[in-house]
Amino acid sequence: MQESPKYWKGVEELENSPEFVKNALTEFADFLPMKETYGSSDATVAPRRDFLKLMGFGIAAATLASCETPVKKAIPYLNKPEEVDPGIANFYASTYFTGQDYNSVLVKTREGRPIKLEGNPESPITRGGLSARAQAAVLSLYDGARLQHFSIKGQKADKDRVDQEIRSKLAGAGRIAIVSPTIISPSTKKVIAEFTSRYPGTEHVMYDVNSASSLLRANNGVLPAYDFSKADVIVSLAADFLGTWISPVEFAAQYIKNRKVSSEKRTMSRHFQFETALSLTGSNADVRVPLKPSELGGAALALYNAVVGGGAGASYKNEQLTKAANELKAAGSRGLVVSGSNDPAVQTLVAAINTALGSAAVDVAAPSYVRQGDDARMDRLVNDIIAGRVGAVIFYHANPVFNHPKGAQLAAALPKVGLTISLNDRRDETGSLCQYAVPDHHWLESWNDFEPKRGFLSLSQPAISPLFATRQAQDSLLTWAGNPQSYYNYLRGQWQGVLGGDFQKAWDKAVHDGVATGTALPAPAAQITPAMSAAAAASAIAAAPKGSGTELYIYEKVGIGNGSEANNPWLQELPDPVSKATWGNYVAVPRAMAKEKGWEQNDVVKVSANGKSIELPVLIQPGQANGTVSIALGYGREMAGKVGDKVGANVLPFATVREGAVVYSANVTLEKTGATSPIAQTQTHHTIMDRKPVVQEATLKQYQKDPKEVTEYEKLVTPEGKVMPGKVSLWQDYEYKNHHWGMAIDLNSCIGCGSCVIGCQAENNVAVVGKQEVINRREMHWMRIDRYYSSDAHKSDFEEKGKLATYAAMEDPSENPSVIFQPMMCQHCNHAPCETVCPVLATTHSTEGLNQMTYNRCVGTRYCANNCPYKVRRFNWFSYYSNEKFENVNGHMFTDLGRMVLNPDVTVRARGVMEKCSMCVQRIQLGKLEAKKQKRRPQDGEIVSACAQSCPTQAIVFGDMRDPETRISKLLRREDGERAFHVLDAINVQPNITYLTKIRNTEEVRNA
Amino acid sequence: MQHVSPVREPLVTGGKTYHDVTQDVSRQVEAAPNIRWMAALAVALFFLGIFFYSVYRTLWYGIGEWGLNKTVGWAWDITNFVWWVGIGHAGTLISAVLLLFRQKWRTSINRAAEAMTIFAVICAAMFPVLHMGRPWLAFYVFPLQNTLGSLWANFNSPLLWDVFAISTYFTVSLVFWYTGLVPDFATIRDRAKGPIAKVAYSLLSMGWKGSAKHWSRYETVSLILAGVSTPLVLSVHTIVSMDFATSVVPGWHTTIFPPYFVAGAIFSGFAMVLTLMLITRVVFKLEDYITLEHIALMNKIMMITGSIVGVAYITEFFIAWYSQVEFEQYAFINRATGPYWWAYWSMMTCNVITPQLVWIRRIRYSIPATFILSIIVNIGMWFERFVIIVTSLHRDYLPSSWAMFSPSWIDIGIYVGTLGLFFTLFLLFAKFFPVINMAEVKSVLKYTVDNGPTYTGHDPHHAVHQPATHGVPASAPVNHDKHD
Repeated sequence: MQESPKYWKGVEELENSPEFVKNALTEFADFLPMKETYGSSDATVAPRRDFLKLMGFGIAAATLASCETPVKKAIPYLNKPEEVDPGIANFYASTYFTGQDYNSVLVKTREGRPIKLEGNPESPITRGGLSARAQAAVLSLYDGARLQHFSIKGQKADKDRVDQEIRSKLAGAGRIAIVSPTIISPSTKKVIAEFTSRYPGTEHVMYDVNSASSLLRANNGVLPAYDFSKADVIVSLAADFLGTWISPVEFAAQYIKNRKVSSEKRTMSRHFQFETALSLTGSNADVRVPLKPSELGGAALALYNAVVGGGAGASYKNEQLTKAANELKAAGSRGLVVSGSNDPAVQTLVAAINTALGSAAVDVAAPSYVRQGDDARMDRLVNDIIAGRVGAVIFYHANPVFNHPKGAQLAAALPKVGLTISLNDRRDETGSLCQYAVPDHHWLESWNDFEPKRGFLSLSQPAISPLFATRQAQDSLLTWAGNPQSYYNYLRGQWQGVLGGDFQKAWDKAVHDGVATGTALPAPAAQITPAMSAAAAASAIAAAPKGSGTELYIYEKVGIGNGSEANNPWLQELPDPVSKATWGNYVAVPRAMAKEKGWEQNDVVKVSANGKSIELPVLIQPGQANGTVSIALGYGREMAGKVGDKVGANVLPFATVREGAVVYSANVTLEKTGATSPIAQTQTHHTIMDRKPVVQEATLKQYQKDPKEVTEYEKLVTPEGKVMPGKVSLWQDYEYKNHHWGMAIDLNSCIGCGSCVIGCQAENNVAVVGKQEVINRREMHWMRIDRYYSSDAHKSDFEEKGKLATYAAMEDPSENPSVIFQPMMCQHCNHAPCETVCPVLATTHSTEGLNQMTYNRCVGTRYCANNCPYKVRRFNWFSYYSNEKFENVNGHMFTDLGRMVLNPDVTVRARGVMEKCSMCVQRIQLGKLEAKKQKRRPQDGEIVSACAQSCPTQAIVFGDMRDPETRISKLLRREDGERAFHVLDAINVQPNITYLTKIRNTEEVRNA
Repeated sequence: MQHVSPVREPLVTGGKTYHDVTQDVSRQVEAAPNIRWMAALAVALFFLGIFFYSVYRTLWYGIGEWGLNKTVGWAWDITNFVWWVGIGHAGTLISAVLLLFRQKWRTSINRAAEAMTIFAVICAAMFPVLHMGRPWLAFYVFPLQNTLGSLWANFNSPLLWDVFAISTYFTVSLVFWYTGLVPDFATIRDRAKGPIAKVAYSLLSMGWKGSAKHWSRYETVSLILAGVSTPLVLSVHTIVSMDFATSVVPGWHTTIFPPYFVAGAIFSGFAMVLTLMLITRVVFKLEDYITLEHIALMNKIMMITGSIVGVAYITEFFIAWYSQVEFEQYAFINRATGPYWWAYWSMMTCNVITPQLVWIRRIRYSIPATFILSIIVNIGMWFERFVIIVTSLHRDYLPSSWAMFSPSWIDIGIYVGTLGLFFTLFLLFAKFFPVINMAEVKSVLKYTVDNGPTYTGHDPHHAVHQPATHGVPASAPVNHDKHD
């Protein structure tokens, strides 16, 4: 072996002192035991393998270091808050009421942030149901458009300075007005009273955007509480009580109680609806008669004449109205008439009819409080502000510049008012004109109490500490009134008088339950002008001028409501239950008018009246009364935020104030502009095409005769005779050893409100895609409600008219169609067509009957979606959480603030993967784990999917079909061969979702 | 050994000699590119650019750049895929099936047809990858071992069968094509003057010497590959058709699909071969090799397959009526009379009615008519796939989900882009590869030219070569062109 020449690194090495030897050894760390491993005698020679190892490590380390790793700020709790366990949800009872509908809710929080609202089953009013708007409210908490600090004239200001200035200005303001929507909080009212006593010139004016002022007036200032479950015959004169009128969640539950049928209970209520636009309620009615807004008075009078008798001659005649009157008379106290009209005369007649009937469904002794707005007072106040007679105005959640008929004049007058304060949560149309912005907390950050109905109390409690530098409005008012108490203590103080007994215990229980009994609001005094007499009303109606030209009817939509939550993208994208339109309002036009004027769907028309005009696209709406058009209010916001601004047009300026009541109709002229603007509908084909295997309905008579006759079952011919398709199979069936989850959906109970759609969206982090993508037919909702209109053409016409002509005619809905709703989501087929076609096994069957999606495995061939007969699969066409195109509409997936609403148990799906209903597998898993911890099986009802949870009418029953004692098993056994059917049974995919045939209380079924 | 009747029309006209063949074919490869070729390439590259732009948009933003929606999950992507695969059928049919059936007329067109197959399959293969939401995970479809547990491909899925069918088909076609090219590459190598050409073609020719052993192996491999690819001609489109036939979608769920698709594929493949050959023939002055007789024969095949397809269309309607299945019936009524009626009737006109014109002899032998016809058939066959895919999907079971499909610019861009890709490849092929199989054409020369091949000896280096006995394939002439 050749000796290599030797070099020294320095004198030290040559001398080789012990100290040097020690340092030389420690210069390289000991972790590379090259010598020991390879036994090399020469320590300076690194073996090749080590070289490669080090090089590999070096490259890998350098590569990794050069990758940008996201900084994750996971900060552990220094002191872990009581109750908060990472990964475990806490529920707090609270209350949703924003001046529209009241809902008692449970707030689901994860790691201290609210992520979902669920119905509170403890509530005797909403009974665990929740409206779509209430479901969506959790997203508004994280709305980036909320005001984040106090401000003076738009400039950020110090809290103390704001308070000081306001107090000094209030002192010299003279006449002060507090403008708010209906307030049902007894303590808030006390606070306002206290404020009023400090500033005696104060007047508190409440107004409702969709006003019930005349209803209050007709009932001596009392809003009757209705119980639809006590009515066998319901006649509604344009009251959308299942969708938007007063308390829809409560009413829907009551209404359905009397509509559910089974072979034991073969009766149901009968429901007549007289209305202009096809409302959610109208689409559920047994008999629906379209009429013009100007005819409503006549209809009320005719009904009054027929039931009570003695009115002036009614101009309105209708066969169905006569029938309704006769049935009402026959039903007596089991009859009920309601009206959504804001005409005092109509409401007076309705009240008179109910009194004459002795209707058990109307309760004026324990009235409802959710509408207290007084149009006349509000109108007076607005006039006073315009005339400069008001020194200071405080807007408390009120936005009259946008939503009052005189908003434009108000906007011009506001800057001249000495002191204007906005307590609104955002710089909205009114708030932006105010000098001071003192933003209120979101209700999920606040303490408050509510009395929606006399004797029923409810509480809201903060589920998160305030996100922004806001202050609860009541605290602001108390501060200005000079009361140093916090509102929480104030509230407790108030409740001490209500709950009594062991207060702390009762209070804790009330906070825990979210609801309590007792009353705190004074019975509304009859300070409002007493109602006119029925006779006067009758003559007023008889004398009223007839409508002329095209009549505009202004209505409210189930999702957007009065527009105060217009910046909520979930609500904007919630399809209207009837028209299935999203993102904006439109002119709903009857087909006859469209034909006559030569308008097509999506043509933009100019609607003008009283010198005002708006431009909106046309939607051809079956069921719209002839000679009328309808436009929804709540749209056309200018300063709601990125989502809600410039969506649709504001129709409220067309409303007028007449005789102290807002009139939600007008005579308008319409003119085609030549432009088109596509309406984003999630469903563009409207009829069922006589496809019995898809959705089934029958009449009550048929059902009463023989429940076994109401459902048509497709059977297969086999050598053993005709059998149900499920009995024939080439496949090996799955064996379910533990659970077999399933759902039963009662089409008789589903009113189509869309609450489940939002519930599902919130639970499962379903992306919002915006108007253009809805137009492209790419909405992501896992749960949808299919709506079918009946057609005048039927398969029975094949022979007479020929197949081609009949099929073409079947595509057109009837002039006044009957409507059926069908909730549709993944059917979790036991022989799923999607599972066989996926090349990578990204969608598979679970041992519990679920059809599961493995997002990580999905490569996105979309074959599964093509092969899904129910078309429930949704593809991530884009990266909805990072593609800037979606930043405005799906903003909550882009910002840290918004992302707080996401459910951490559900993946946010990546671009290019397929997704669909998972039957809330995360909830199933949670329920199973809870049960397992307690060493038991999950109980029935313990695990509920999000859709079933939120359903106000309990149309959806979820459970374990393997356990014979569960609700679903019993229901399916009971309905087997009667109403239970699978959609598209004959293709034999064997769904785990069963539907129950809809039964109508009519003479005939028009959909078949 | 085979006997050829003396009454047969000659397959190569113009009294070509072996040398003429070499000269005519190699000229394109050796000469500088002409202006027409460059112009054509420029156009093709422009469309290729569109392809790359559209693919970039698709990959960067997502499939949402296309016109698809929740109801119609496949449209132009799979239409184009099936269309291209169909076009890719003629090559193998010509080279394999006709080889087995000893149809000697195929020799002058098989090279270009096979090239077309390869390029068409390349274009086709773009779509199954591009249409994926996450194409970077496309390898999931292969049954690879993995560390993630028991993940495995789904052998029930027709898409997986597609993967195997297409990749097998592509591999076999490529090998077949390349095998045929080797002797011709050697010819060009031997004639090459430039240093790059020399190196390139000697690499491509893989040391071909033209020895008897080489020829023997060449013949054997060709025969084996022909045997292997013949079932592929049937299997590929059979399996492609199963993408539809095994589903539950009305209009897809049809047992007639496999034969119907195979016929359709041959139909469209021949149409595309005709389109390309008619152009090549003129551009490269190969009228003596691709004769009117060739064109007439291909027209006949096109007419026959077109008629099969027509019968299949009608059978579908019959079965829909006969089955008494409501959804099936509606699917077909909707196909013919629904919102996409124009697509259906375009398909019927292009695919069923126009090919019947071939019964007329004058049309069969007319070059312009054939060219127009071939284009029409290509259009018709594209519509066929569009009709099957989109009209079935857009209105299936639940009327609530019925929707319309309209393509986006990116859809269109990718489609015309693949045309650009195809023609870029084809033009490069036509310039740098011998477009006609010289070796095989020479083998048919002697019994197709009126008096057998003659040697005029205008090449001074050319040694007089005694032709082999009548009827024996001439396998030797390749290297006789050049003796140093």
